[in-house]
Amino acid sequence: MLLIHCPHCREAREEEEYSYRGEAHIVRPLAPESLSDEEWGDYLFFRSNPKGIHHEMWYHAVGCRRYFNVTRDTLTYEILESYLIGQQPAVTGATS
Amino acid sequence: MKKYSAFSLLKNALSYHENWQKVWRNPTPKSDYDVIVVGGGGHGLATAYYLAKVHGLTNIAVIEKGYLGGGNTARNTTIIRSNYLWDEAAQLYELSLKLWEGLSQELNYNVMFSQRGVLNLGHTLQDMRDIERRVNANRLNGIDGEVVSPQRVKEIAPLINISADSRYPILGASFQPRGGTARHDAVAWGYARGADALGVDLIQQTEVTGIRRQDGAVVGVETTKGFIGARKVACVTAGNSSVVAAMAGLRLPVESRPLQALVSEPVKPCLDTVVMSNAVHGYISQSDKGDLVIGAGVDSYNGYGQRGSFHIVEHTVQAICELFPAFSRVRMNRQWGGIVDTCPDACPIISKTSVDGLYFNCGWGTGGFKATPGSGYVFADTVANDRPHPLAAAFTLDRFNSGALIDEHGAAGVAH
Amino acid sequence: MSRSIMQKNRLGSGACTDASKRIDFSFNGKAYQGVAGDTLASALLANGVDVVGRSFKYARPRGIVGHGAEEPNAIIQLGSGAATVPNLKATQVELYAGLEAFSVNGWPSVDFDLMGVIGAFGRLMPPGFYYKTFMYPKKLWMTYEHFIRKAAGLGATPVERDPDTYDKLNQHCDVLVVGAGPAGLVAAREAARAGARVIIADEQSQFGGSLLASTQTLDGIAATDWVAQLVAELQGFDNVQLLPRSTVFGYYDHNFLAILERRTDHLGLTADQGARQRLHRVRAKQVVLATGAFERPLVFAHNDIPGVMSACSVSTYINRYGVLPGNKLVLVTTNDSAYQTALDWHQAGRQVVAVVDTRTDPQGDSVNAVKALGIDVIDGHAVIEAQGSKRVKGALVAPINADGTAVTGSARGLNCDLIASSGGWSPAIHLSSHTGAKPQWDEQIVGFRPGESKQQERSAGACRGTYSLAACLAEGGNAGAEAAKLAGCGDGTIHFAAPVCQEYAQQPQQALFLLPHTQSTSRAPSQFVDFQLDVTAGGVELAVREGFESVEHVKRYTALGFGTDQGKLGNINGMAILANALGQSIAETGTTIFRPSYTPSTFGALAGRDVNQLFDPERYTAMHRWHVEQGAEFENVGQWKRPWYFPQSGETMFDAVNREGLAVRNSVGILDASTLGKIDIQGPDAAEFITRIYTNSYLKLAPGKCRYGVMLKEDGMIFDDGVCACLGDNHYLMFTTTGGAAGVLAWLELWQQTEWPELQVYFTSVTDHWTTATVSGPNARKVIAKVCADIDLSNQAFGFMDWRDGTVAGVKARVFRISFTGELSYEVNVPAHHGRHVWEQLMEAGAEFDITPYGTETMHVLRAEKGFIIVGQDTDGSMTPSDMNMDWVLGKNKTFSYLGKRSLERSDTTRDNRKQLVGLKTLVATEVIPEGAQIVFDSKQKIPMSMQGHVTSSYYSACLGHSIALAVVKGGLNRLGQIVYCPLADGRIIAAEIVSSVFYDPKGERHHVE
Repeated sequence: MLLIHCPHCREAREEEEYSYRGEAHIVRPLAPESLSDEEWGDYLFFRSNPKGIHHEMWYHAVGCRRYFNVTRDTLTYEILESYLIGQQPAVTGATS
Repeated sequence: MKKYSAFSLLKNALSYHENWQKVWRNPTPKSDYDVIVVGGGGHGLATAYYLAKVHGLTNIAVIEKGYLGGGNTARNTTIIRSNYLWDEAAQLYELSLKLWEGLSQELNYNVMFSQRGVLNLGHTLQDMRDIERRVNANRLNGIDGEVVSPQRVKEIAPLINISADSRYPILGASFQPRGGTARHDAVAWGYARGADALGVDLIQQTEVTGIRRQDGAVVGVETTKGFIGARKVACVTAGNSSVVAAMAGLRLPVESRPLQALVSEPVKPCLDTVVMSNAVHGYISQSDKGDLVIGAGVDSYNGYGQRGSFHIVEHTVQAICELFPAFSRVRMNRQWGGIVDTCPDACPIISKTSVDGLYFNCGWGTGGFKATPGSGYVFADTVANDRPHPLAAAFTLDRFNSGALIDEHGAAGVAH
Repeated sequence: MSRSIMQKNRLGSGACTDASKRIDFSFNGKAYQGVAGDTLASALLANGVDVVGRSFKYARPRGIVGHGAEEPNAIIQLGSGAATVPNLKATQVELYAGLEAFSVNGWPSVDFDLMGVIGAFGRLMPPGFYYKTFMYPKKLWMTYEHFIRKAAGLGATPVERDPDTYDKLNQHCDVLVVGAGPAGLVAAREAARAGARVIIADEQSQFGGSLLASTQTLDGIAATDWVAQLVAELQGFDNVQLLPRSTVFGYYDHNFLAILERRTDHLGLTADQGARQRLHRVRAKQVVLATGAFERPLVFAHNDIPGVMSACSVSTYINRYGVLPGNKLVLVTTNDSAYQTALDWHQAGRQVVAVVDTRTDPQGDSVNAVKALGIDVIDGHAVIEAQGSKRVKGALVAPINADGTAVTGSARGLNCDLIASSGGWSPAIHLSSHTGAKPQWDEQIVGFRPGESKQQERSAGACRGTYSLAACLAEGGNAGAEAAKLAGCGDGTIHFAAPVCQEYAQQPQQALFLLPHTQSTSRAPSQFVDFQLDVTAGGVELAVREGFESVEHVKRYTALGFGTDQGKLGNINGMAILANALGQSIAETGTTIFRPSYTPSTFGALAGRDVNQLFDPERYTAMHRWHVEQGAEFENVGQWKRPWYFPQSGETMFDAVNREGLAVRNSVGILDASTLGKIDIQGPDAAEFITRIYTNSYLKLAPGKCRYGVMLKEDGMIFDDGVCACLGDNHYLMFTTTGGAAGVLAWLELWQQTEWPELQVYFTSVTDHWTTATVSGPNARKVIAKVCADIDLSNQAFGFMDWRDGTVAGVKARVFRISFTGELSYEVNVPAHHGRHVWEQLMEAGAEFDITPYGTETMHVLRAEKGFIIVGQDTDGSMTPSDMNMDWVLGKNKTFSYLGKRSLERSDTTRDNRKQLVGLKTLVATEVIPEGAQIVFDSKQKIPMSMQGHVTSSYYSACLGHSIALAVVKGGLNRLGQIVYCPLADGRIIAAEIVSSVFYDPKGERHHVE
């Protein structure tokens, strides 16, 4: 069970307080109508799903109810940082 | 291949079991193959077997980074059924179920396919509507199934709690008598032995590290034992699909998640069917050894660690104690996790790709084991003929662009 | 019941037993006596009980081998009835007065087991035999399996509800010390002294670990006295929590560990002293693993005969329990440490026949001590076979070559009734392995050491292969201080001097696992590796011969290590035999990964209190008790309990629903709609925000007005629906479905926080703050008027889709004129704590109109008569608004591309022939199609039939006098008037005409009551 630091609450809390919201930094296209079905499908469904460093979004559902990002290693489950929506990660890695 | 039988067992017993044939060869890889199957799990081995058996291709290698059948084949809860909701999925799983029914004889290897029936419980009025809809669809598709009452559920699984006072009382269930379980390792070993006998090279402890392409077409794979050429590369690497796809510069609509399971200590036979409940999130059967084999829900996060979070296991055990209050004093012997590649619509991808000669079979989510024979069969056909097998046509990557998803979350649920 | 009170093997009191306190118990129906401090195993040994069970596959008689968690054979069923517990290890069951235990296998008895006949044919059942047979004829497999299953299982599950309760405790600590042997105790003391919050847990009833059976002294005092002192010291710290009888069974990510504390098991099955067991869910900053080691038995022919035991276990029974499990001992060893057992046995006054050492000319201190007592030490030899059937009668001893691979001379028999063996030690690396640390083979200690740490943990003492007591104590102290320092407590200083204890000079052990036999492994009598699952050395070699070369394949093919002991004794021996068969080293062969549970953990404890009615919270509305008092039947909707229908005496559900529905259509009804989700939305950009969320626009919705909206996921599929009201400038109230409320709030917050943070808008869930009573029917206005004086209820002043502030039954209320029935309806919202009062006032006001409470079923019928959808019933996650014939809800002129809009233009969502919502009218008016029925166009088609859609909602409409159904049908909107068929499971085929989905009042005039 993960121990996740919420950058809003500034506390590490149990995973049970949060819900996982998938890959971070997937920006909604500004003009969806201008996209092809392929480009729109890519936004909707296709993900990098790396083994290793992953930037992902979590929601402090039974805490402050705020979304934030986490950099986590999907193999070791080590959490390397938590950061606010709109910020860029400090830790990046080759996605293997 | 020397045939297994009671007679061969007796004969070998008389010679102290010193003369058994090796179950498969341990070959050194050739410099190139017609088809390389990446991934030596149940689906990959079945693919290789049917490529050789049905399509006459024998210059084939299966390349496995660990040992044969060591991924999800070795980690699942062995449930087999075909009572899916949508025609496309139901027909694919039904093909698989039909192949299961003759598999021990086909492979001359007892995969212990036990048709002890599968109950899918309903706990709310909407559950029951969904069950009616699914069973009606199954029936009209020629798939066995019936909607049964709580009393009938109790007859089939006497220790189950059907009290109306339960938090989520059992209102009924679907029952598929032809569903059941199989011996998971034996499936991989049986296909491996069969494929090997047909000339397929099974190359273990060799990891594919790259997919070499030329002019938009695949030419072979880089491995930890060097480059191996191939006209076609068929990837069947559940739990690693996105990683392998990335080797060819592709992304998939797949997320890899931990899926956990556990077994109790062996107890005397007390549950002769498979019981699944999406609503309370647990499923259970009893193995021929006596273990209660229990499956949990998928963990919420992406993970390649073959382990998940403890509260998922706690919740699953709560569900089992809710369904079977008498099991509260039984003890968990072992728990483990696998990695499931989940698709947005809980249906698999069996598809050509934008790279010529490169094929993917992935995204089975929690439902892969039961599909092993059918998946291998249609994928072999797809690879051999470079076009989707008719039963695989709905499962190509294109659906994620067109929107023609086949939403099996209801039927797949937590479950399998 | 026969009675035996002779404890023929009782020596007196051991370090942990009191021979003066007798305890009665029974085993397999026979009465025995043990003493206080006994385990069931020590008491059985004291009474000379040899056969405690039968093996799983071959039904061979088996006796007690070990003294703790490693025990493979002594598996028992404790007690009977609802409180019975299957599969306990007798070595871990503390004796209590009246204990009843039974062997789990053996029929008619363990002493005479008919299944033993099968064992005689063991050679026909090599590993994997069932994969090779039972295949023909195909149809007989289920019959074969039926008989195979009869032999399944060890103990039996109870068949009644568990009478006990279980607790959970969430804990945080600086340092968790696992194991209270010498290393763990001093680690805990150092950490505590450094100021760390410490938990020290040990699976046994007493702290002390190996010291409880030790004859050594520490600082000049007996080991057990030293332990008592140290435990007292730890108890003196208020920052230390001591948890005896507490097994740390799993080590999970981010230093989360699970501890199972057995609170009452030692008091008996009907102790009734609170929770039976407690699960501690511990988040530790740092962990010290001090879990000790298991002695490895040697593998030799017939090594499973009762009377073959682990050497250290023999010593433990003598020293700790005061029990001598035999008379004449032969000890076989590859190392010095086991010589202690010969010393203990001799000291206890019984005969050591010989010590058989596989090494040549051993000279360690213990060896010389044994020799000095005149005990025969036979070096360069091995016990190659045990003799006897239900008890050892002798040992066959033969000279062997230097590397222990072959017998080099003739064998001779030694007369004995106990063979103690030691093949060295295996560190208990299980918890370290749970973390993903990869165990490392160490040639020096002939065992696996813990791998490089993946978590904040370190191992100390025997579990990292440190076996001298002095070194264990030093390591423990260092580990405790280091862990405390890393947890932010202290500077790592060691505060306590390591106790002085005697050191023994030892010679290297021999790395030997399988003792050779005069015959090859395949032909020698069975040499057992895994006792519980009857895996033999020959079986492991056979697996290799058949091509199973990976350790995982061999484990799976032979079942090695899959027992309830998880191979604590057998795994390393099996791997060594495998490595040898493959001609490679153990390090090259690899290891297997240990998984939780370290020892089996009770399901009930994992479930804790979250069972029965606490399985999931129940949510009630303010009027719930009123509904109960009226005899309502309830439906689970999400976590809510909603009244389903209100049967009057003698009424069926059908009657009740017809009555309730007609009441609404003809006069007035009242529905508890409090469970609908309600989200208060405020902020200058609120209108813009919700317009992006819904498919239609709210930019021009004026205060006092309501609008129905549908929201889509980005894939274009309907996700929730409901009415949204403009409460004032920049202030809205959004209603959601009952089940969708939490998901919608998270959805709003997602978009606001991640994509559109520039929009100033705030959300508050107010579902629980408001109670909603929906008054619906032609007389609704008259009812409301009686209890509401300050709202002008006229059509002109308060129109359809308006809402007003006012006072209802003396309570400040928001009244919404919206309708889910098609009738004139007022949804009266009041603060929840006034809910029942207002409800009762409305009932009173409505009495003259025969106001009728109705439940969800009638609500469903009424809305279906109007063709209103229920998200989740008429939709299934694959339906767009167009599919629901609701194009009118798609805003055509919205500038912003609302959520899901782009997906509505994909090739599949725009294709013809999608399933579309229509009505179905059965040709036989009273026939109600079952919901979930599939629809075909050609009723004569053979199976598989081409299914064209399905029935989503279906009812008998009392007001229309015929059945109605909503369905989704491929291209349905172009098929109005066509006949379709629903083939049912019972063989009936119901024919129905496709009609409009609006059955009742298609022009929507009924709610305009003047």
